[in-house]
Amino acid sequence: MGRYIARRALLAVPVLLGASFLIFALVYAIPGDPIRALAGDRPLPAAVQAQLRDDYNLNDPLLVQYGKYVLALTQGDFGTDFSGRPVRDTIEQRLPITARLAVVAIIFEAIFGLTAGIVAGLRRGSFLDSLVLVSTTIAVSIPVFVLGFIAQVTFGLNLGWFPIAGINQGWYSYILPGLVLAAASTAYVARLTRTSLAENLRNDYVRTAKAKGLKKRTIIGKHTLRNSLIPVVTFLGADFGALMAGAIVTEGVFNIPGLGRAVFDAIGRQEGAVVVGIVTLFVLVFIIFNLLVDVLYAALDPRIRYE
Amino acid sequence: MSDLRSDDDRVLDERGDDTVEAELEALTGAGQLRQSSLWGDAWRKLRRSPLFIFGAVISMVLVLMSLFPQLFTRTDPRACDLSKSRQGPSAEAWFGYDVQGCDYYANVIYGARNSITIGFTVVIGSIIIGVVLGALSGYYGGGLDTVITRLTDIMFGLPTILGAIVILTVLNQSLGRTVWTVSLALVVLGWMVPLRLLRSSVISVKGADYVSAARAMGSRSRRIIARHVLPNSTGPVLVYATIAVGSYIGAEATLSYLGIGLQLPEYSWGLQINSGQRWVRDAPHLVLFPGILLSITVLSFIIMGDALRDALDPKNR
Amino acid sequence: MTDLQTTPYADMPGPGETILEVRDLAVEFRTRDGVVNAVNGITYTVAQGETLAILGESGSGKSVSAQAVMGILDIPPAVITSGEILFQGDDMLLMSEEDQRQIRGAGISMIFQDALSSLNPVFTVGFQIGEMFRTHRGTSRKEAKAKAAELMDRVRIPAARERIDDYPHQFSGGMRQRVMIAMALALDPALIIADEPTTALDVTVQAQIMQLLSDLQAETGTGLILITHDLGVVNEVADKVAVMYAGRIVEEGTVDEVFTQPAHPYTAGLMASIPLAERPGQRLNPIKGTPPNLAYIPPGCAFHPRCPMARTGKAAQPGGDCRSDLPVLREVAVGRRAACHYSEELLHG
Repeated sequence: MGRYIARRALLAVPVLLGASFLIFALVYAIPGDPIRALAGDRPLPAAVQAQLRDDYNLNDPLLVQYGKYVLALTQGDFGTDFSGRPVRDTIEQRLPITARLAVVAIIFEAIFGLTAGIVAGLRRGSFLDSLVLVSTTIAVSIPVFVLGFIAQVTFGLNLGWFPIAGINQGWYSYILPGLVLAAASTAYVARLTRTSLAENLRNDYVRTAKAKGLKKRTIIGKHTLRNSLIPVVTFLGADFGALMAGAIVTEGVFNIPGLGRAVFDAIGRQEGAVVVGIVTLFVLVFIIFNLLVDVLYAALDPRIRYE
Repeated sequence: MSDLRSDDDRVLDERGDDTVEAELEALTGAGQLRQSSLWGDAWRKLRRSPLFIFGAVISMVLVLMSLFPQLFTRTDPRACDLSKSRQGPSAEAWFGYDVQGCDYYANVIYGARNSITIGFTVVIGSIIIGVVLGALSGYYGGGLDTVITRLTDIMFGLPTILGAIVILTVLNQSLGRTVWTVSLALVVLGWMVPLRLLRSSVISVKGADYVSAARAMGSRSRRIIARHVLPNSTGPVLVYATIAVGSYIGAEATLSYLGIGLQLPEYSWGLQINSGQRWVRDAPHLVLFPGILLSITVLSFIIMGDALRDALDPKNR
Repeated sequence: MTDLQTTPYADMPGPGETILEVRDLAVEFRTRDGVVNAVNGITYTVAQGETLAILGESGSGKSVSAQAVMGILDIPPAVITSGEILFQGDDMLLMSEEDQRQIRGAGISMIFQDALSSLNPVFTVGFQIGEMFRTHRGTSRKEAKAKAAELMDRVRIPAARERIDDYPHQFSGGMRQRVMIAMALALDPALIIADEPTTALDVTVQAQIMQLLSDLQAETGTGLILITHDLGVVNEVADKVAVMYAGRIVEEGTVDEVFTQPAHPYTAGLMASIPLAERPGQRLNPIKGTPPNLAYIPPGCAFHPRCPMARTGKAAQPGGDCRSDLPVLREVAVGRRAACHYSEELLHG
């Protein structure tokens, strides 16, 4: 078990380095001189410009720049933006907001996705099953920004149940954006649960459980669900990372000052350090949650544990 | 966009084993089971599936709309009359007028072309890259496979929309903001799914008994593999492609909505929604119509893909 | 549905009291592509301490009939269209689902072919064996585990106490099948149904498992239905044998009699297709053709397209046209029943 996790963790390192390097290289490939852009209309004295270039390692070759960046990163230094503010501060301020949004989304996803999936999987071909299939297809098809818009107009403007933008009302402000962010994944969880449950119900061990004279509740609730939920739970874990990174659109629609917005604004201002820092953080979160999923998977499925 | 990846898993998950088929075969007498081909069966099933027909009809209409928008509207989308700005739907303008007072119906119709072009270009591009790299990776294995697999992992680590934003920022400054730059950015982030499909197909065929047998008899295994990989992977790749066209149309709209994809004067549903959202209180039709058309377009491709997967699934035969 | 007043073996000297009596059982599967007639009216009995082997190829309906007895068919698509299943005198088909459930596992238990897929992969074997006690006897978790360990000892799993918390995939094929047997034995059932219990195992392990099964049966006096396609296994452990073809019993009798002198051409064909120590040097003679598709069973005798003795038209006796007249299972010699128009010819040459 320990070795299994260690091996997984080791495999994650090159992925993290590779992904962050790609972003680093891309961001620094953005044409235009960030120093000049920073200066705006008033040209900076040459000496100041040179000083700034040196500060930001802009004169080194790309790989060296990246090396220095990673080195600083391992010490918790995400660099500073051009106004001199540490990127770390921005992250510390905004990470909780995005994380809160992702937590709300994952809770909705688990509750609605699992319920719909179990109902549909147990009664395949029934009216409820068809309803789940139809509504999940629709949920997957409507792009997040359109869905967000519909939600704002319906529940915000017309019904007035939820605030349509901002985070001024605490957790309550996160409900609508959370639902919107979760929609596509919820549909996927519902379908995954349905398929997994229906497939497991056909397994030989279910026949054995029946032949043992177990109660129907035990056969389904214990023997079948325990197996069926393995892929669902692991998906939910992995999706948390994806939700955080995917929150950028939802944050835009609902005007939530999270990490996604920060990175979006920074791209417009060519603030390389902010972009690379936050995207690297997203990749890190994504990888950490995938790693957790591997551990979770091993904990849930004894066949993996002893490999 | 995150659903694209999930779809890949679903394609892989649901290919599944064919134990039920084997069971039924045993029950009905092995030799005498009617030997109809997978594709013939699938086609017969699809023709009877109302969902598939719905998706197929809608997407045909959309393709037609993108090729010949004049078939759907005689109005010039650029002929505007500012005095009609933001007027709602009426008999002479079904979708009303936009901010500039242009006929909104014509504008929305003309929006189909860019969506469909990007959807198909990205899918074709990703499949070409994915199939070539996946086949090489699966067939040769070893170092090449390791490099390609690692690269795939790294690319999967990049969040799609964020990655696209960064790539587009780079591309936009050198190549401008066109259908082709948006497509390129999405291809760069999208080739991994078909690659995995192809790679696993090649590996499974490579390990199959009949290939070992043919190899033992001195046949060129490369030819056997090529002959078997194609029918083996066509189904999953086709399912992926159909669903992905829809997903990429959604992705383009999202990027354009965020102001990083297409830009005016291009027609794009994402752009239309972006510029319409400010007027949502007094002119909701500006968001409603492109939103509906966009959602129906994505829906039609996803429905077709779902139906195709069900039809090709040996468990449902 | 024929209403038999007496069972065929009721007046025969049996090893003990009748445990299970199946009368005229018929099962079909209603699928989208048509109706599959898996079992078409079979009748048999099993007595205490007795071993009945149900012999047949895959697709003969032998497993389906056993699952019908066990009440574990998936209904739908399966439908029991006629028959009675009398367990210790009570018709299980008329019982409530709850009463049936209480018989499953406790009164009748079942051993399946593939123990790896038949055991739940995410629970320990100790838990899965112990579940029998907890469900049917309300035993505590701890006590159930102790009893599970005893049972694992009894089916000769080495170091049972250390392995009680292991998962199914950690055992070898033979050991896993022993776990299945332990589970089946747990509540001292009156009847055990073993559905191809050794098919998935290596030959050497097969012999050990069959030995274990017959030892345990001798110990407990339970009835045993052994479903198999393996003539060797039947020969070694069974008392009676019922040969199934296309969902019907085509011949039944004691193992000795059926094996030495088959009364049905199908049984004769089976005997000729395997090497037997009694016939060294003899050429093997496989049955021609393939078993019928159960969705399209040939009219008349289902075996006639493959039967070397089949007679049709003018060559046939009145009412004995193999292509159109269905042969019924009838007494062809003392204590021998077969469903062939021409059994006597086969028996007496």
